[in-house]
Amino acid sequence: MSEEKNEKGQDKGLDRRTFIKTTGIVTGSALLGGFHFVRRAHAQQTGPIKLGFPIPLTGPYAFEAKDQQAGAELAIAQINAAGGVLGRKVELLVRDDKLKADEGARRAKELIESEGVHLMSGILAAHIQLAVNEQCKLQGIPYMSISQSNEITMRPDNSIYTYHEALDPHQTTQAVGEYVAKKYKKRWYFLTSDYAYGWQMTDGFRRKGKEYGIMDVGESKHPLGTSDFSAYIPRILAAKPDVLFVDNFGKDQINAIKQATDFGLKKKMQLVCPILLMSSRLGGGAESFDGVIGGCSFYWEMNHPTAKEFVAAFQKMHGRSPIDYAGYAYSGIKELLSAVNRANSLDAEAIAAAIEGRTYDNYKGNQWWRPCDHQSQQDVFIIKSKKEKAQYDVFEIIAKVSGDKERLLRTCTEVGQDPNKPIRSGLIKK
Amino acid sequence: MDATALLMQLFTGLSLGMLYVLLALGLSIIFGLLTVVNFAHGAMFMWGAYAGVSVIALTGNFWIALIVAPLVIGGYGLIVERGLIRPLYGRDINYPLLLTFGLQFIMLEIVRIFYGTSDQPFKAPDLLSMPIEIFGTFAFPSYRLFVIAVTIIICIVLWVFLEKTNLGMIIRAGTRDPLMVRALGIDMGRIWWLVFGIGSALAGLGGILAAPIRSVFPEMGITMLVECFVVVVVGGMGSLSGAILSGIIMGEASAITTLFYPQMADIVIFLVMAVVLLIRPSGLFGRAGLLE
Repeated sequence: MSEEKNEKGQDKGLDRRTFIKTTGIVTGSALLGGFHFVRRAHAQQTGPIKLGFPIPLTGPYAFEAKDQQAGAELAIAQINAAGGVLGRKVELLVRDDKLKADEGARRAKELIESEGVHLMSGILAAHIQLAVNEQCKLQGIPYMSISQSNEITMRPDNSIYTYHEALDPHQTTQAVGEYVAKKYKKRWYFLTSDYAYGWQMTDGFRRKGKEYGIMDVGESKHPLGTSDFSAYIPRILAAKPDVLFVDNFGKDQINAIKQATDFGLKKKMQLVCPILLMSSRLGGGAESFDGVIGGCSFYWEMNHPTAKEFVAAFQKMHGRSPIDYAGYAYSGIKELLSAVNRANSLDAEAIAAAIEGRTYDNYKGNQWWRPCDHQSQQDVFIIKSKKEKAQYDVFEIIAKVSGDKERLLRTCTEVGQDPNKPIRSGLIKK
Repeated sequence: MDATALLMQLFTGLSLGMLYVLLALGLSIIFGLLTVVNFAHGAMFMWGAYAGVSVIALTGNFWIALIVAPLVIGGYGLIVERGLIRPLYGRDINYPLLLTFGLQFIMLEIVRIFYGTSDQPFKAPDLLSMPIEIFGTFAFPSYRLFVIAVTIIICIVLWVFLEKTNLGMIIRAGTRDPLMVRALGIDMGRIWWLVFGIGSALAGLGGILAAPIRSVFPEMGITMLVECFVVVVVGGMGSLSGAILSGIIMGEASAITTLFYPQMADIVIFLVMAVVLLIRPSGLFGRAGLLE
């Protein structure tokens, strides 16, 4: 009896399971597939305009990534309030790329293929920008890059779909190098982080230094992620430089500046960072960074009408002040979306034509889209660390290096493009 | 490169090595007596720094933090030993190893949740913020000299404690033959408990001492742990004098390599380890057979 019951129960169970399984799979796939298809087809015509935004929300640049997102949200809120794009609302699709190139490429591919995004922006870190740019080029999606990279506006990576709102290491070093060469004495020493970022910064400073007859008195390359720089200091001191360029980023920068201060280097030389970041300054503290100068694209206390408007709107929305990365995201996304409106189309060529050669001022002064490589020409600001009186009140702007007339940019020929024509490489005929 | 710079380089090597010594001592003392490979040592180092951050935020005083942080981490060590490690005694050496390995990730996440992932500013006390001229030739941060001095004092105190006190004698006897010590009516469980606490407190002390030199962030203990294991292995697992000598050797090796070929600075300690282990498989002062 009990055996029979058991058997029966098993039979029944099996039946039910197979039933659920088969029906589940069949209906599930039909539903999902169907919706998927319908949604994709529709996304092209009606519904919101979708903007993909992969950023490193987890990992060492999380602070900056959240700022990027906050800037993007503000831009989209403003555009939606003004009637949206092509009469449709804009939707921001944020994804975490975990600061990994393969993850970034995967997230971008997913955003394009399953979410059907029309436009792409985001990413913080040069190599991941290139990976995402690659995906966008393959699928013909315009990509607004909003953090530093030299390669992204260079052959073979640049294309008609690629736009670069951020500064690049070249512009940064030309501007900071010019300021330092004019202001300080001639003996320069470089402490270089031993990967692309550090090399590009040091190369850029050397190039600018040559114009001013600078003496290159030495360079120490350190591995990425060095926590103790004390062992580098005797060699730096022995070279007796007037200026020490600290060409590294993030925690390396904090440690290097902290320890250089402890060893009393500031009494003997000026410390210069290519980019002085808010998060590094906050993490390192006022004493360590006291007197250190560096470049930046934007600082929230700057005195300029559009900057004040941007900062006020940002503070209202997020309850704090923006840093450089919110500025890049805000301005870049506004440019991309307003271009779609001007072009009155999502066609990549029409968008490009609406952007190229345009002069604009979204948040920090005049910028200009160079047609040959889609690089944004802009001013660079030199900032100096100070003791804060309020939250984020940590720098003062000591100079503005004008970016006018392509003086800070590489030439079009150098980046592999024709100076007389707008960039059309990589165009997919649809 | 003149003599002054070379001398200064040796000095930076010494200050680098002292931090290794402090951490390796804690790791080594726990291993020597309990044969527990404490993978949470790096996380305790990190917690020491964060305990310092919190105490300074509350009191504004570095010196109070310097006392409180190691006590807090030591107390935490006592809880960990009693609650987690003790049930695993008598089992394979891998059990506590895996336990502490997992524990470090929990500790890491706790800090990420409460303090976030960004760096915490941490400055040296005003008294020790100025560089000092050494032999009238070069300036050296007074705080680093202080770290060297504290480490030397800790070494001496540990030595006196282990060699000259009754409790120290019991601990030493316990490392040789715990069964015999027990037979004499001594509760080894209490001794192990105490030793784990001391080892943890040393990690906490290392953390707060390192905080004004390096940046304070949740992952700060991870690389430190790897480097400390190298130091302990080279010195000989469980040997305190080995840990001290090997810590100094590693600091100097890293400093001298930085002078001539900085790209190798990260790797050189592993090269030294390989060479030492080829010549002396149980480390400089290691006793053969401790791990078998």
